[in-house]
Amino acid sequence: MALATFKGGIHPPDKKELSKGKAITPARSPKRVVIPLSQHIGAPCKLAVSIGQKVKKGETVGAPEGFVSSPVHSSVAGKVVAIADFPVATGRMVPSVVIENSGTDEWAPLKDNPDYINLSPDELKAKVKDAGIVGMGGAAFPAHVKLSPPKEKPIDVVIINGAECEPYLTADYRLMIERPKDIIEGLKVLMKILGVNKGFVGIENNKPDAIEIMKSAVAGESNIQVCALEVKYPQGAEKMLIKACAGREVPPRALPMDVGVVVQNIGTAIAVYEAARYGKPLIERVVTVTGEGIKEPKNLLVKIGTLVSELIEECGGYSSETAKVISGGPMMGFAVYSTETPVTKGTSGVLVLPESGAFHLDEFGPCIRCGRCIDACPMGLMPSMLSVYSEKGFYEDAKAYNLFDCFECGSCTFVCPSKRPIVQFVRLAKTMVKP
Amino acid sequence: MENLKKDHQLTLSVSPHVRSEETTSRIMWSVSAALVPAAVMGAYFFGPKAIFNVALCIIASILSEYLYQKATAKKITVCDGSAFLTGLLLGLNLPPTVPFYIPIVGSAVAVVITKQLFGGLGYNVFNPALIGRAFLLISFPKLMTIWAEPTAAFIKLDAKTTATPLGILKEEGVAKLLELFGDSSNLYLQLLSGHRAGSIGETSAIALLLGAAFLFYRGYITWHIPVSFLGTAGLMAWAFGAKGALFAGDPIVHLLSGGMLLGAFFMATDYVTCPSVKAGQLLFGAGCGFLTMLIRLKGGYPEGVMFAILIMNCFSPLIDRGFKTKVFGAKKEAKK
Repeated sequence: MALATFKGGIHPPDKKELSKGKAITPARSPKRVVIPLSQHIGAPCKLAVSIGQKVKKGETVGAPEGFVSSPVHSSVAGKVVAIADFPVATGRMVPSVVIENSGTDEWAPLKDNPDYINLSPDELKAKVKDAGIVGMGGAAFPAHVKLSPPKEKPIDVVIINGAECEPYLTADYRLMIERPKDIIEGLKVLMKILGVNKGFVGIENNKPDAIEIMKSAVAGESNIQVCALEVKYPQGAEKMLIKACAGREVPPRALPMDVGVVVQNIGTAIAVYEAARYGKPLIERVVTVTGEGIKEPKNLLVKIGTLVSELIEECGGYSSETAKVISGGPMMGFAVYSTETPVTKGTSGVLVLPESGAFHLDEFGPCIRCGRCIDACPMGLMPSMLSVYSEKGFYEDAKAYNLFDCFECGSCTFVCPSKRPIVQFVRLAKTMVKP
Repeated sequence: MENLKKDHQLTLSVSPHVRSEETTSRIMWSVSAALVPAAVMGAYFFGPKAIFNVALCIIASILSEYLYQKATAKKITVCDGSAFLTGLLLGLNLPPTVPFYIPIVGSAVAVVITKQLFGGLGYNVFNPALIGRAFLLISFPKLMTIWAEPTAAFIKLDAKTTATPLGILKEEGVAKLLELFGDSSNLYLQLLSGHRAGSIGETSAIALLLGAAFLFYRGYITWHIPVSFLGTAGLMAWAFGAKGALFAGDPIVHLLSGGMLLGAFFMATDYVTCPSVKAGQLLFGAGCGFLTMLIRLKGGYPEGVMFAILIMNCFSPLIDRGFKTKVFGAKKEAKK
């Protein structure tokens, strides 16, 4: 039987074997954490602490401003020692709170409520919002916003994204292996909040053990279905996942809610469960530290705000030829210029590539119109035209070729035989014209 | 912290951070490799003179590119395989016995005028090798239509001249062709093996199909252009190929003779000069097939592949405009 999938896409080497066998272990507690006040798409938080203030683990350090925003919490117990701008993975400087870890791990009060599933949808949603939960697959869109669709857009399907189509990354995979029940509980909370009775968990077929484990976890849950998906990048992109699991196509420029679907990531589902049951804020996440440039790849449970340099040290440091450190996966992640960059809610991996594996963008050739990018584009665009128009400065023409439907997955750039930085040309054009 | 890389030593670059192994020059060299069987068969049937001419085309192409880029202070790109491939294709499209200046002139026209003056690789409107050949055919009509008889010419240097199967078909009809080759099965056999008069690399259908199979296997070409090209041409040959009667023509003779296979698999599929959307490629291929047969059946030339592809090259940009891809999720009728 053909597996569910979408048209286009690419098959980069998945390299998951480096870290897939490594069980999740808690990372060493850092001496200090750097907690950016903006770790999500939307308005940055308002500072809620002052220098010298003692904070407990889970205490709010930044309060949300506006609806599309999300609070941030301290991931350690300790003292606020600085409030300053720090670089995040994208290179942007973001106001951040630096907290020195006292090592006591004292929590702000948490309350176990085993009967959480019987809370009202609004109460559950408030817990998700207060816990500062954002999409943990990378985009970091505030979860409660997705859970508040306007009345005219009824939601009838929730999909949990276990595709993890980025090469190298295994954080979601490990969570599926180790905490399948919690994922399903999180999914049930999401379904309850949205009043939905159809849930999917989409998993790429290169993780057969995860598929089996998730299937047995949903045994007896007639309204939740595990979908085995074809192994193809970007299978985990929202629109592609919805097409594969629910058979629905999100129209251009529309959102999943326009076809009645909400998608959340595996890590997000677990965070939702923990927020609903314990009121636990999102202060830690699983990060895959991997790549041929690191001595000992690991899947670590990391406190938000831990610096990338500490994770690299904990994984044995660099191997001899290390060239590049990437926050996220190799297809859409950001090469960081400094490892003094904190792990945020959206950091799914730290990828360390050696000289031989890291592609250098020194030279690229002309477009030979081979059409590989057109075949690879999951959005049905013509990246060749976008790149040529953008290269020549004809940004309006690029726009006419559906520039703004590109979500920058990088498939075109991966396949380009002339090694053209197509995604970068697209980004350039996007900044030069209005949508 | 000893083994921690200093931050300033880290490489910064934009995503994606991994790339496929495919490169433009690997494609060019692979297509050239796919033409080796055809070149070997050409050498076998037409001898040292043919080898000399093909080699001369390759050298002249590379040299033209080098000199042009040197003279205009452009980056020297002769190692990307593109000039080599142009030279090879031009050589395989020449009659075996042309004098030495023909390959040189043709290569210079192909590389300098057709490719470099239009902006270099990727920007040429026309297939360089075909423009080179068209220029030669128009400028030296006599030299370009002297066809050596295929022999194992290593022994016999003064090859006799003869007519190509398409020439015979045009001038004297199918009966004469069958008379010369015995019967139709022998005719097919000779066309398959390449034991017939023609351009150096176009005669052996088996060798060309072998090379094409390699290109399919490596994913360098797709079925769209060859199938629509050969399908349309075959259909027209069958429908209108016989004088006086509809649907009585012999499509096999037409498909296996002239430059049909070389054109359909190796020239019309040139990335730069064909449309890049699959649906457009079907139209492009069909146009090539139609024009080829129109010229063969009604035109002044016995062979039409070259002009057909060149004419369709003009339409590639237009076809690409007309066949934009469908954006994911877009409704069919929703047009802006």
